[in-house]
Amino acid sequence: MDINTHIESIRAQFPILTQTVHKHPLVYLDNAATTQKPWSVIKKIEEGYTTQNANVHRGVHFLSQMATEAHEAARITVQQFLGAAHSHEIIFTRGTTESINLVAHSFGETFLQAGDEIIVSQMEHHSNIVPWQLLQMRKGISIKVIPFNEQGELDMQVFASLFSEKTKLVAVTHVSNVLGTINPVKEIIQIAHSHQVPVLVDGAQSVPHIAVNVVELDADFYVFSGHKIYGPTGIGVLYGKEKWLEAMMPYQGGGEMIAQVSFEKTTFNELPYKFEAGTPDFIGSTALAEAIRYVQNIGMDQIAAYETYLLNYAIQQLQALGDIRFFGTSAHKSAVISMQVGNIHHYDMGTLLDKLGIALRTGHHCAQPIMKHFGIEGTLRASFALYNTTQEIDALVAGIKRVKQLF
Amino acid sequence: MTINQLQDEVIEDFAIFDDWFDKYSRIIELGNELPAFPEQKKLPENLIEGCQSKVWIDARLDENGLVVFSGDSDAVIVKGILALLLHVVSNHTPQEIIETDLYFINEIGLKEHLSPTRSNGLLAMVKQLKFYAIAFQSQVGK
Repeated sequence: MDINTHIESIRAQFPILTQTVHKHPLVYLDNAATTQKPWSVIKKIEEGYTTQNANVHRGVHFLSQMATEAHEAARITVQQFLGAAHSHEIIFTRGTTESINLVAHSFGETFLQAGDEIIVSQMEHHSNIVPWQLLQMRKGISIKVIPFNEQGELDMQVFASLFSEKTKLVAVTHVSNVLGTINPVKEIIQIAHSHQVPVLVDGAQSVPHIAVNVVELDADFYVFSGHKIYGPTGIGVLYGKEKWLEAMMPYQGGGEMIAQVSFEKTTFNELPYKFEAGTPDFIGSTALAEAIRYVQNIGMDQIAAYETYLLNYAIQQLQALGDIRFFGTSAHKSAVISMQVGNIHHYDMGTLLDKLGIALRTGHHCAQPIMKHFGIEGTLRASFALYNTTQEIDALVAGIKRVKQLF
Repeated sequence: MTINQLQDEVIEDFAIFDDWFDKYSRIIELGNELPAFPEQKKLPENLIEGCQSKVWIDARLDENGLVVFSGDSDAVIVKGILALLLHVVSNHTPQEIIETDLYFINEIGLKEHLSPTRSNGLLAMVKQLKFYAIAFQSQVGK
C-alpha cells in the first residue's frame, strides 16, 4: 500500500491522533518512545476480554482452549514475522528490557564465568547496558565497548579487534534510539560468528520500521517490544535460536515453566514454556499479533520507504531553519532526529513545543554514554511513524521558529 | 513583605498573561535576569540533578538572621521559575520559610514544572529550600 496516497485513511485508524493538546491538533513525534494504536489492536484487546478470557494451557474448558489457541497463534504470527525457523524459538516477555535481562541472566548463569568478556556498543540504550553490568557484579565478567564516530556509526575495525578467547557474547542494537543509525548487524554477526561468539540484537527500534529476518541475519537472539510496533504495552518478544534456549537455565520459576515439581527434584517444561513462568499476557500477545498483521498489510518495505521520505523532508526543512546541530548523520538512518536548536536547552524547547501540541522527547533518552560522547546533557528528539505527515513536520518547523523568538 | 504578600504579588503580576507565549516570555526574561551564580558555587553538594535539567542552590544566613538563597539552572524556564521561588522565599527567617505553603506556582499555572514526572530538579529544589531553613533554624536556636 502506498502510504502517501492513503495517509488520511491510515490516520483515521488511530483514534488518538484526532486529539487536540493545548488547543492545537496533536502532532505526535515521540514514536521511538512508544507508538499509538490502531483500532484493530484496541478492538482485539476488547475482544480478548469480552469473548475469550480464560487462563491459557491449563483448562480443558472451551474458553481456556480458545485463549490458548489465540496465544499460540500469536506466537506463530511473530515467528513468521521475524522469519524464525520454529515457533518455540519465540518467547513472550514484557518487552525488550525483560528479554535482554532474561538472556543476561540465563545465558550468563549457564555459560559465563569470571574473566569472560562480552561486547556491547557505545550507542546502547541503558536496557542493553545495565543487565550486563548486573551480570558483571554477579559473575565478575568484563564489558568491552564498540565506539562510534562523529556520524554515529560503529567503528567496525575496533569492533573486530575487541575479540579474545574470553569473548562469550556480543549485544548490540540494530537501530539507535537516539542517533537513528541502522547498524550493519549482519556484518557484526558474521564477524562474531567467525570467533564462535553468539550475538544478541536489540530490535526495539528496528522491528517497527524495517523488515527483519532473524534467519537471514543469523542472529542468535533478537528482542523487541510490542508497544513500539503499534501493539500494547507490557508484551514483548525474545527470539532465541533453539540450541541456545535449550541449553540455557530458566529465568524465573513458577507455573507453566515446569514439567514436574517435587521437593526432591523439579524438572522444567520444554521450549518455549520453560521461559514463560506464570500466567503469560495472552491478551497482549494476541493484540501484538494484530499489530503485526496491521504493519504486514501495509508492508514493511512501504513503511520503511515512507518513513525515509519523512526523515529526508524533515532534515531538509530543519536544515533550512539553520543553527541546528544534528546528532547521528549516518547515511543508513532510521526516522529519528536528535538535535540541539541554537543554545536553547532541550527542556525549554520541549516545554514550549508542547504548548503548540507538538510531542517530542527531550533529555538523554536513557542513553547517557551517547550524550557523554558528544559532551551534551541531552537532545531534542523527533521520531516518526507510518501515520506522520509532512504537514506535521511543517508544524514542527513552524513551532521551532516561534519558540526561537522567545530567546 | 511576608512570603504570602510576595506570592500574592506574583500571582497579580501573572494575571495579565492570558497567552502561554507571553507568560513564558516573562519566565524566560526572569531566568535571564537572575543574578549570576558563581561557577565556583556549582559544587556537587549544591547540585540537584533532574533527568531533564540541573538546578544548583546555595543559601546563607545573613547578619539579620534572614536566609538568602541563590541558584541557577541550565534550562532557562527552570531558571525563571527558580527566580520566582527565590524572590518569594529569600530574605525571610528560617521559621517563616519552614512554615510557608508555596501556593503561587499552582495559581500562575506552572504546576506541571513541579510535578515529579517532569524530573527537572525543581521539586527536589523546593524541598531543599526547606531543608536549608530547618538547618539554619537549628543554628539560630543554639
